[in-house]
Amino acid sequence: MHVVLVLVLVAVGSVLFHFLSPWWWTPIASNWQYIDDTIIITFWITGVVFVAVLLFMAYCIWRFRHREGHKAAFEPENRRLETGLTVITGLGVAAMLAPGLFVWNHFITVPPDASAIEIVGQQWQWSFRLPGEDGKLGRTSVERIADDNPLGLDRNDPAGRDDVVLQGEDLHLPIGKPIKVVLRSTDVLHDFYVPEFRAKMDILPGSSTYFWLTPTRTGTFDILCAELCGTGHPYMRGSVVVEEQVAYDAWLDGQQRRMIAQQDETKRQKGEVRAQQ
Amino acid sequence: MVDVPLGAAGVPPAEVEDVELYHPKSWLTHYVFSQDAKIIAVQYSVTALSIGLVALMLSWLMRLQLAFPGALSFIDADAYYQLITMHGMMMVVYVLTALFLGGFGNYLIPLMLGARDMVFPYANMLSFWFYLLAVVVLFASFAVPGGPTGAGWTLYPPQAITAGTPGLAWGIIMMLVSLMIFIIGFTMGGLNYVVTVLQGRTRGMTLMRMPLTVWGIFTASVMALLAFPALFVGCVMMLFDRLLGTSFFMPEIIEQGARLPYGGGSPILFQHLFWFFGHPEVYIVALPAFGIVSDLISVHARRNIFGYRMMVWAIVAIGALSFVVWAHHMYVSGMNPYFGFFFATTTLIIAIPTAIKVYNWVLTLWRGDIHLTVPMLFALAFIVTFVNGGLTGLFLGNVVVDVPLSDTMFVVAHFHMVMGVAPILVIFGAMYHWYPKATGRLLSVPLGRFHFWVTFLGAYLIFFPMHYLGLMGVPRRYYEMGETAIYPQSAHDLNIFITVMALLVGAAQLVFVFNLIWSLRHGREAGGNPWRACSLEWQTPVTPPPHGNFGKELPVVYRWAYDYNVPGAPEDFIPQNQPPLAGEMAGRTP
Ligand code: HEM
Ligand SMILES: [Cu+2]
Ligand SMILES: [Cu+2]
Repeated sequence: MHVVLVLVLVAVGSVLFHFLSPWWWTPIASNWQYIDDTIIITFWITGVVFVAVLLFMAYCIWRFRHREGHKAAFEPENRRLETGLTVITGLGVAAMLAPGLFVWNHFITVPPDASAIEIVGQQWQWSFRLPGEDGKLGRTSVERIADDNPLGLDRNDPAGRDDVVLQGEDLHLPIGKPIKVVLRSTDVLHDFYVPEFRAKMDILPGSSTYFWLTPTRTGTFDILCAELCGTGHPYMRGSVVVEEQVAYDAWLDGQQRRMIAQQDETKRQKGEVRAQQ
Repeated sequence: MVDVPLGAAGVPPAEVEDVELYHPKSWLTHYVFSQDAKIIAVQYSVTALSIGLVALMLSWLMRLQLAFPGALSFIDADAYYQLITMHGMMMVVYVLTALFLGGFGNYLIPLMLGARDMVFPYANMLSFWFYLLAVVVLFASFAVPGGPTGAGWTLYPPQAITAGTPGLAWGIIMMLVSLMIFIIGFTMGGLNYVVTVLQGRTRGMTLMRMPLTVWGIFTASVMALLAFPALFVGCVMMLFDRLLGTSFFMPEIIEQGARLPYGGGSPILFQHLFWFFGHPEVYIVALPAFGIVSDLISVHARRNIFGYRMMVWAIVAIGALSFVVWAHHMYVSGMNPYFGFFFATTTLIIAIPTAIKVYNWVLTLWRGDIHLTVPMLFALAFIVTFVNGGLTGLFLGNVVVDVPLSDTMFVVAHFHMVMGVAPILVIFGAMYHWYPKATGRLLSVPLGRFHFWVTFLGAYLIFFPMHYLGLMGVPRRYYEMGETAIYPQSAHDLNIFITVMALLVGAAQLVFVFNLIWSLRHGREAGGNPWRACSLEWQTPVTPPPHGNFGKELPVVYRWAYDYNVPGAPEDFIPQNQPPLAGEMAGRTP
């Protein structure tokens, strides 16, 4: 009767593993607690079903194992039982789907007061763009991409004049403010994934995608890429720093001043070039 | 349901004359260019199993890299991505699809339906040779400059055909061409399976008397005929993008600083085409497994399959529904987010017929007379892994829960459990079950039990803990897990554990291969019906069945395939071709 024993062990062992193993999600750092809650509901429902099926099987095998003279019952169907099980399954499925769809609706409805930031995936690095004082991101296009304009900004768009471009630097976000993350790629698919935020979304060339979140915990979190983008895929990393508003403002201020200094520098260089000609 | 009345007089007359089969004259037409479905089945199975061994060995290399990053110097990132791509594609298409439909389909459909052969034997033969050609092209891509493609088995553009992905020069072209040849070959076989089921059944074999194995293979073949064209079209379009400079899937792109001459295409369009094939593909593998396992459980529990009509209905419902769930692979792809509502709902609805199947399997055990034979062990293990993988599917199908989990190791664990381990356990069970019909000898039982325990427990230990790596935030398709603040040291140890298990499970398969070869000569003589089963393939006058399957007369069917332990019957089973017994009520069985 190894089989009976093993089935019971698999059921019990899986449950114990679930509760005792050290591998579990990282503490959340965004407003998507709802997602975690839905996962927990799903774990409970599916866990109960898994254990019930295994224990029932184990019982059947033990109880109805072949012995001399033992005969099976002949019973082609049992309408009531089959209908009952179908209905119960339907209810269980609804109990998972309803909260799921409810939260999904929340997930795709960006609050009106969310401020937009742009994240650009390129083989194999992350770049970020924050709107300046005007709160608007300027236009971009692939044609404009050049060595001195890696994100393809439209320099004639007034909305983009004060945009802060971050390359090879950490992204900073203020705690407690809803953020709409607009995603863009200039080469292949990528996926912006910060495990602590729970939310993630693919990044496409040719069109932009989005999701939103509100950071709820300060700290520095790793950014991973979660869509195969070539051989550098596992090394496409970055960091996002969630901090209090004051610290964030100071950081943003510094970045803006850096941008202005940089622009002046480019202008000066261009002027020198012209003067030389 | 109208049933054919019992009694010799109630059997409908033959609609067509028995057709003369093609009779091979030489060794070559007998064993190589054979038109006999049973030989074609063996050809398909041996080829697919060999590829399975190769794909398994590729997975060892992948696992070694994940456990000991960089230890094997010849596996650099390029090689790793080539390995996962070839492993995934081989397993899904060239092993599982070919084995279930080309292997089991060819062997079992004519025999179980009381037919002499498939209805189009010549096309059936061509089907295998196209398959073999597809395999040759696939393997040739290991030898071309740049090696095979490393785009992942999903082959998503633009990355599949732009720099940064290995196999850009030749590999991707070989892959697309190989898939196209495979699809052409499959179409010839698939039409055969479908038409044979519809037209080739013997007298008395109504659709509702067919064994569930045939129902599963039949529905899967219909689905494959509808789903593969989407992949075919996707391959053609991608080939055009790659070779002729069209832009079906290619928007404006910068490749390593240089603007490519593409523009205006949609990468998501390919994903829709791919998954319109790819999701049904999951069920193309699963439905034959469902059917086969139903029969294994019924035979070895000596009990009718519980709720036969519900089982047929569920197979058909799953087949139909699986064409409206494809975008659940794309929740975070950037498609219109409102699609999420629709696809999450359809996906969770499909769970209901699937759950019914599980209930009916375990209810067949209830009040059975359970013989723990090797095929039965595999069938039971299938239920465990399938239930496990099916339940984690409820996570990934429920759109918002998929958001944190998609593209993590959770997904890898889920699909290995549900469409890797579970169907393969059925394949093993089926091999132990039908090997005696095909060869006349039983496989060794001690070796079989050893193979079973290592494979089942090992595979469970590989893939069950892997879910938790994904939950923790380890993305899939990572050449190495790497260091982040959130991965504890113990996660690296877990990776080593999984690899050790993978090597053990792999080694156990060699025992199976040995068993297959050794038993050919030394296995115990099986006789015609060693499991005392009802379905027609066990009632052939000669075992292994010769060309033409049944002797002079085709069998006539009087009942369904599940008359086990019928009250009052002299034995614990009544073959399908047994006329009604004295005192048996007319129309009693479905
Ligand atoms: C014990 C046997 C197996 C082992 C150890 C194994 C291992 C692996 C590993 C390590 C990966 C790569 C995961 C990643 O880095 O993302 C993988 C991917 C994959 N495997 Fe398996 N595998 C096994 C059997 C199977 C079977 C039977 C199937 C059939 C369905 C299968 C289908 C796939 C697919 C489709 C992929 C995805 C490839 C991709 O990401 O493009 N594997 N497997
Ligand atoms: Cu990326
Ligand atoms: Cu990536």
